[in-house]
Amino acid sequence: MQRRVVFDGKLLPYLLVAPQLAVTLVFFFWPAAEAVYFSTQRQDAFGLSTVFVGFENFAAVFADPGYLHSFQVTAIFSVAVTLLAMLPALLLAVMADRVVRFASVYKTALMLPYAVAPAIAGVLWLFLFAPGIGIVANALKWLGIDWNYLLNGNQALLLVIVAAAWKQLSYNFLFFLAGLQAIPKSLLEAASIDGAGGFLRFRTIVLPLLSPTTFFLFVVDVVYAFFETFGVIHAVTGGGPSKATEILIYKVYYDGVVGLDLGGSSAQSVVLMIIVIALTAVQFRYVERRVHY
Amino acid sequence: MESRSGHLSWLPHLILVLGLALVGFPIYVTFVGSTMTTPEILSGHMSLIPGGHFVENYLAALTQGMPQLSGVPVARLMLNSLIMALSIALGKMLISFLSAYAIVFFRFPGRMVCFWMIFLTLMLPVEVRIVPTFQVTANLGLIDTYGGLAIPLIASATATLLFRQFFLTIPDELIEAARLDGAGPLRFLWDVLLPLSRTNLAALFVILFVYGWNQYLWPLLVTNTASMTTLVVGIKSMLTVDANTPWHLVMAMAILAMAPPAAVVLLMQRWFVKGLVDAEK
Amino acid sequence: MATVTLSAVTKSYAGNAVIHGIDCVIEDGEFVVIVGPSGCGKSTLLRMVAGLEAITGGTIAIGDRVVNQVEPKDRDIAMVFQNYALYPHMTVFQNMAYGLKIRGLSRDAIRARVDKAAEILQLGALLERTPRQLSGGQRQRVAMGRAIVREPQVFLFDEPLSNLDAKLRVQMRVEIKRLQQRLGTTSIYVTHDQTEAMTLADRLIVLNGGIAEQIGRPIELYERPASLFVAGFIGSPAMNFLDGAAGDDGRVVLAGGTVLAATAPAGSGVTVGIRPEHLVPAAESEAAAHLHVDMVELLGADTIVYGTLGEGGPALLLRLAGIAQIAAGTRLPLGFPPEQLHLFDRATGKRL
Ligand SMILES: Nc1ncnc2c1ncn2[C@@H]1O[C@H](COP(=O)(O)OP(=O)(O)OP(=O)(O)O)[C@@H](O)[C@H]1O
Ligand SMILES: [Mg+2]
Repeated sequence: MQRRVVFDGKLLPYLLVAPQLAVTLVFFFWPAAEAVYFSTQRQDAFGLSTVFVGFENFAAVFADPGYLHSFQVTAIFSVAVTLLAMLPALLLAVMADRVVRFASVYKTALMLPYAVAPAIAGVLWLFLFAPGIGIVANALKWLGIDWNYLLNGNQALLLVIVAAAWKQLSYNFLFFLAGLQAIPKSLLEAASIDGAGGFLRFRTIVLPLLSPTTFFLFVVDVVYAFFETFGVIHAVTGGGPSKATEILIYKVYYDGVVGLDLGGSSAQSVVLMIIVIALTAVQFRYVERRVHY
Repeated sequence: MESRSGHLSWLPHLILVLGLALVGFPIYVTFVGSTMTTPEILSGHMSLIPGGHFVENYLAALTQGMPQLSGVPVARLMLNSLIMALSIALGKMLISFLSAYAIVFFRFPGRMVCFWMIFLTLMLPVEVRIVPTFQVTANLGLIDTYGGLAIPLIASATATLLFRQFFLTIPDELIEAARLDGAGPLRFLWDVLLPLSRTNLAALFVILFVYGWNQYLWPLLVTNTASMTTLVVGIKSMLTVDANTPWHLVMAMAILAMAPPAAVVLLMQRWFVKGLVDAEK
Repeated sequence: MATVTLSAVTKSYAGNAVIHGIDCVIEDGEFVVIVGPSGCGKSTLLRMVAGLEAITGGTIAIGDRVVNQVEPKDRDIAMVFQNYALYPHMTVFQNMAYGLKIRGLSRDAIRARVDKAAEILQLGALLERTPRQLSGGQRQRVAMGRAIVREPQVFLFDEPLSNLDAKLRVQMRVEIKRLQQRLGTTSIYVTHDQTEAMTLADRLIVLNGGIAEQIGRPIELYERPASLFVAGFIGSPAMNFLDGAAGDDGRVVLAGGTVLAATAPAGSGVTVGIRPEHLVPAAESEAAAHLHVDMVELLGADTIVYGTLGEGGPALLLRLAGIAQIAAGTRLPLGFPPEQLHLFDRATGKRL
């Protein structure tokens, strides 16, 4: 897309793009290139020199059972977070689209988790579920359930999934609601004149019309679960117990920053980049643009 | 649409109220916790009615040096968060507005290259390239500085694309009228385009402020001293493994960490919702 | 005030010529209308005068100054756009004042000029409103006000009335004409509406495919169209065209055999034009041909008769003053007044 009418100017446009271009080059292209570069290098034990090792780091990463385990955890985590963030959001949006009274109250309140940082969302849920402290944890104990996410990996995974999905619920709700409100009422009226009942209308008209939104949210949620949930994991479980909640982004951080394995961590970064680019490309095929916060 | 099944009209309200409870419960319990003492919280049967230590706890959190944070009070962390969030929001808006303006309103060699370079940044969130970005930032001596907290995060295509989309809807004749009136490109930018973009700017501000305030991994890496870290990151340091966690203060900090972005979202709701959905489409 | 001189002006977009060399001198204070079908290059020509499009070839001069390389703002012109192009966030006053402010006029001078323009255009009560709060006609007036306050040498209008409804269009047309006469500013006005063109213009430029088919006073164009295109474009309902040929003696004979009282070079193919209002019913004994009436429209002030020339012949339109009682199916004897016939070379379309 282009404008027909533009301003003349030789130097000015370059001055105008310069700040963004500079930041992009220094903090985006340079690091991305470094990640690719370091993923093919190995540092010696003292970090003094590096040698080119080709795809060895990648081979090592994929041969590492810990990495494959992390892949598995990430898959479960992201699918669960996505479903748990989307389905209730859709239900709530459909309901919010129906009511007239208190509509703005519901909408405003359901918006709140959008403003909450993932790490804080983690802390909120941790406070409910901390064994011996949280009121939900205490209630579970009273019910005879042996709840201790600090020891039980499945419970830990469940907790971070719930916390992460809770935060993303708002976002999905807002988009579903906007999508629903964009459906022309005349279409639904035409369908009810044709005799379609409430659920039939929803299934045959609303859902198909909502599918671009759904698809968009699906990709956004998966990307969210992959990367932005780092805060939840770090604050609540630290990847544990015994790596039960170590998702890929946490492992990149852990191996690179804590373990100081530059080559391995860079190789993992490159793998992640490929995953995001693939996700983005898939999305572009269906939805024209994607913007990610 | 209010359906014909009028006898079921309470059902949506019921579901929505359950939804509100789900969303509100963790926040409410945390708030209640922030008004109690830690022994009260740990008693095993914490009450769901706010306690009497609201002022005391928040005052302590804000002003007292926290041993877990090397003696830095929460007020300082809030200030850091605020500086980071504002720098990111305003910085992104500024550089994006200018670059979108150049890309839409000028023809120059390399224009499409610039566009695609910016566009590509859309694809890779900072988390993905975190370690090398950290190294670049370290090489530039930006560790433990506000510049290091904010600048690497202001490179993003989102705002640029949003502005570009909006700029493309400005009728050609408006530019021509301005040219006939004698306005050059910068005057047009200032006198016409900026006021016309008010709604977009407001919406973006909300989105970007929340984005900046809620950052976690980046400030965690790029700050080493407690006095430079942000509130969201600082909370984690309070959750020590031993039994000494001052839960009442942690809860107060959590509420303090939620309040500013929530206030921005609620106060600017009208623009935010429209802007969010527009920005992503 | 100034003349505007176009000399061999051409325009191409990426090698495609859209204006093919226009020559015209627009006199000081004259109101010239550029008229033609959509896509013929009217806007392009006007925008070259404004400086919004580069001139590919030839020169444009305003007064004595060739302005090819002069910035729009320095050409001392003002333009009214079809969609008005008002600044949405500025009040009516600010819209009109903006150009003056940039030019560095004092606040008092700006106030005086805007007030004067507002008075002329009856905008006084609307000065603090934004364009959103105005009706289409009021916006149009503000757009004119913005042009007037500049006190330019030349006004340029690009279809300024086409976004208005029919009634308002007629009303604003009269206002524009009155205003131009009052201010006496040289004006160039683009429209595709031939009625607007005929009523407003001191002189018309009929543009077709980037070529000026004819330049002249409206009545001249009506009475002596230089080409088939102009003949068909000017006048409503449009002129009737009939195929004919000149015999050995030069007399023009229509395809149906009707012999006309007109001559053309012997042996040439001719298109004969006659305006619907110039065809007259004749006495049966003097009829040159007969109109087979298909349909009659009674408009009150006049009557439009649709039919064909002879059984199954070419279509023909007849316009009669007042209410004429003619029924569909009748065979109407017609006369072709020789002085109202227009003859065109069928091959070139040029007037003979
Ligand atoms: N920027 C451009 N690039 C390429 N071709 C153009 C451009 N602007 C106009 N044209 C072409 O030039 C020709 C004349 O366009 P112009 O806008 O002058 O027509 P117009 O007579 O004003 O028509 P209308 O009555 O529809 O406004 C058209 O064929 C158009 O397609
Ligand atoms: Mg035009």
